[in-house]
Amino acid sequence: MPLITYREAIKQALSEEIERDENVCIMGEEVAQYNGAYKVTEGLWNKYGDKRLIDTPISEAAFSGLAIGASALGIRPVIEMMFMSFSYVAIDQLFNNASFCRYMSGGLMHIPIVVRGPANGGTNVGATHSHTPENMVANHPGLKVVCPSNAYDAKGLMKAAIRDNDPVFVMENTLLYGEKWDVPEEEYIVELGVANILKEGADMTLVSHGRCAMLSLNAAKTLEQEHDISVEVVDLRSIRPLDETTILNSVKKTGRALLVEENKPYCGVDAQISHIIQLKAFDYLDAPIHRVSAIDAPQVYAKELEDWQIPNEERIIKRALELMA
Amino acid sequence: MATKTQKTKREPKAAQSTAKDFKAAPINAQLSGEEKIELYRTILGIRRFEERSLQAYNQGKIGGFLHLYIGQEAVAAGVVSLMGPNDHIITAYRDHGHALAVGMSMNECMAEMFGKHTGCSKGKGGSMHFFAPDKNFWGGHGIVAGQTPLGAGLAFALKYKGLKGCAVCFLGDGAVNQGSFMETLNLVSLWDIPVVFVIENNGYSMGTSLARSSAKESLAQRAEGFNMEWEVCDGHDVFEVREVANRAMTRARDTHKPTLLEICTYRYRGHSVADANHEKYRTKEEIEEYKQTKDPINVLQAQLLADGTLDDQAAKKINLELKQQADQAAQFAEDSPVAPRSEIQTDVYWEVDNDSEGKLKGTYFFND
Repeated sequence: MPLITYREAIKQALSEEIERDENVCIMGEEVAQYNGAYKVTEGLWNKYGDKRLIDTPISEAAFSGLAIGASALGIRPVIEMMFMSFSYVAIDQLFNNASFCRYMSGGLMHIPIVVRGPANGGTNVGATHSHTPENMVANHPGLKVVCPSNAYDAKGLMKAAIRDNDPVFVMENTLLYGEKWDVPEEEYIVELGVANILKEGADMTLVSHGRCAMLSLNAAKTLEQEHDISVEVVDLRSIRPLDETTILNSVKKTGRALLVEENKPYCGVDAQISHIIQLKAFDYLDAPIHRVSAIDAPQVYAKELEDWQIPNEERIIKRALELMA
Repeated sequence: MATKTQKTKREPKAAQSTAKDFKAAPINAQLSGEEKIELYRTILGIRRFEERSLQAYNQGKIGGFLHLYIGQEAVAAGVVSLMGPNDHIITAYRDHGHALAVGMSMNECMAEMFGKHTGCSKGKGGSMHFFAPDKNFWGGHGIVAGQTPLGAGLAFALKYKGLKGCAVCFLGDGAVNQGSFMETLNLVSLWDIPVVFVIENNGYSMGTSLARSSAKESLAQRAEGFNMEWEVCDGHDVFEVREVANRAMTRARDTHKPTLLEICTYRYRGHSVADANHEKYRTKEEIEEYKQTKDPINVLQAQLLADGTLDDQAAKKINLELKQQADQAAQFAEDSPVAPRSEIQTDVYWEVDNDSEGKLKGTYFFND
């Protein structure tokens, strides 16, 4: 099985879907001739030309809305936010129009668009370029959101998102773009709403998503090797729809839950998951549910501080040990 | 070349002289008597429907907002009458006129405002959010200028698919100062997207007059900054609307070039019915002058009576029919049921609504 980067996996997904469906096109800032700000779309413009790879002006509201309107007539645009932070200038388009047009039309309109781009901190760029808005997306019924933690999922979820008939946000991560994983050559899809158990364990469940799932996996290995704690790691993959069953089955088995995400804690994704666990698995819990999230402040610029602000293995291990005590 | 002559509604212009100018234009001269009467029915139908809806609103039957189109009817009626099978329209929240003009029934529109299951959006959208994709009508949008990039997207899709058609996107004069609209103007001109933006300039963005909200009096002239064609016309004579809009729509269909139209019109009522103070930001005389000299129904009726298309008796009969239709729509809405509570969570996700085999994975709705 070829070892490829997360970036390459996404590119393969885009390329395969462009080939499969003539209505799929990629739109965004620097996606075509510049080859993508993070090189995710490198080479695609050369291969597929102006019709399928469309450079936009710096106008997120206009091209997001344009994609929504076009999708109503059957085009399936994949729009790139150079940073998911930039979606904030297109909030009305994405969070009113993409999410609610179907509902307000009584089901007569649907919006098969994909909004993709990096949504992460840890890159030393300050507060305006470090948002993780999957919680905000998930708070809008009508929208879907996935957060792939590895190359295999990134490719499979991207293909599922493009084929989906609802608007789907794919939250990528610049710190993962260069990381490599095994990805099969044959075609596959990763369905929305199916979590992945990255590692089985008996004493505690770590629930996480995106890059934090990989940090959780590493932390789990350390906890096992150095502290003899058997940790199960659930990678959500998909935030909305959410695989409640896998979360609950794991917590019922281990009796302890530690929720890890890069979001700020207040109204983060894990606030909802914590609620679900206490409501549906209360009697199985041997300890309160704990969380590791970003330290609750705007994203700090200074690298040493930011590395501490967002979850890291050290903070995960420390909180896991407190939870076991 | 863009048309540079700018007319504003401040120039008084008699209805009859307007008629001479535009009724003879080829796009209007070709209309049969039947088609002209259809235009009359559309304009009059919108008026009678909205008067009935105002009554229902005042009786507490309609909730939320009610943004009446009364006074502006010839704009929607004129533009929509030019639509071909590959033409699409989209508008803002003052959408009743456009909805009826594309052929939506009074029943489904009235029921929507009453919040009933028989409404065009099953009571999920309300007055501001009428949709009829089967009639190429894509809403009904509540946020000022929010629909403008969507209009561009409809036109983008036509060009992408190689279809000869255009999208017409309506907006108010208040929408021109929103960033999303200006971003969209740049994009459609840059990419040659076959869209026509129609600014229905009724002189007031809610309670703020044009002079107090826009730095330059001509709104359409902003198109020059985007290297785009533009034109200004009056909106009370449906033949003038048709003549000007036809030029823009033909340009879009034939060359993919967008146009910015500013159609000067007037709303008799407040921004919404809740805007009871609308006589505080404009004079009674201003409103009356419009009603007397530029009422779109009177202007068209005078022309149709003059050329013998219509006689008094036929006009009265049509009026009565439409009034009855509006009354029946209100009765239909009154008698219709509210959707069952289970409908709150349908029409949210296409994939959920179409998952007849139960293959979908995961939780989609997070109830208490």
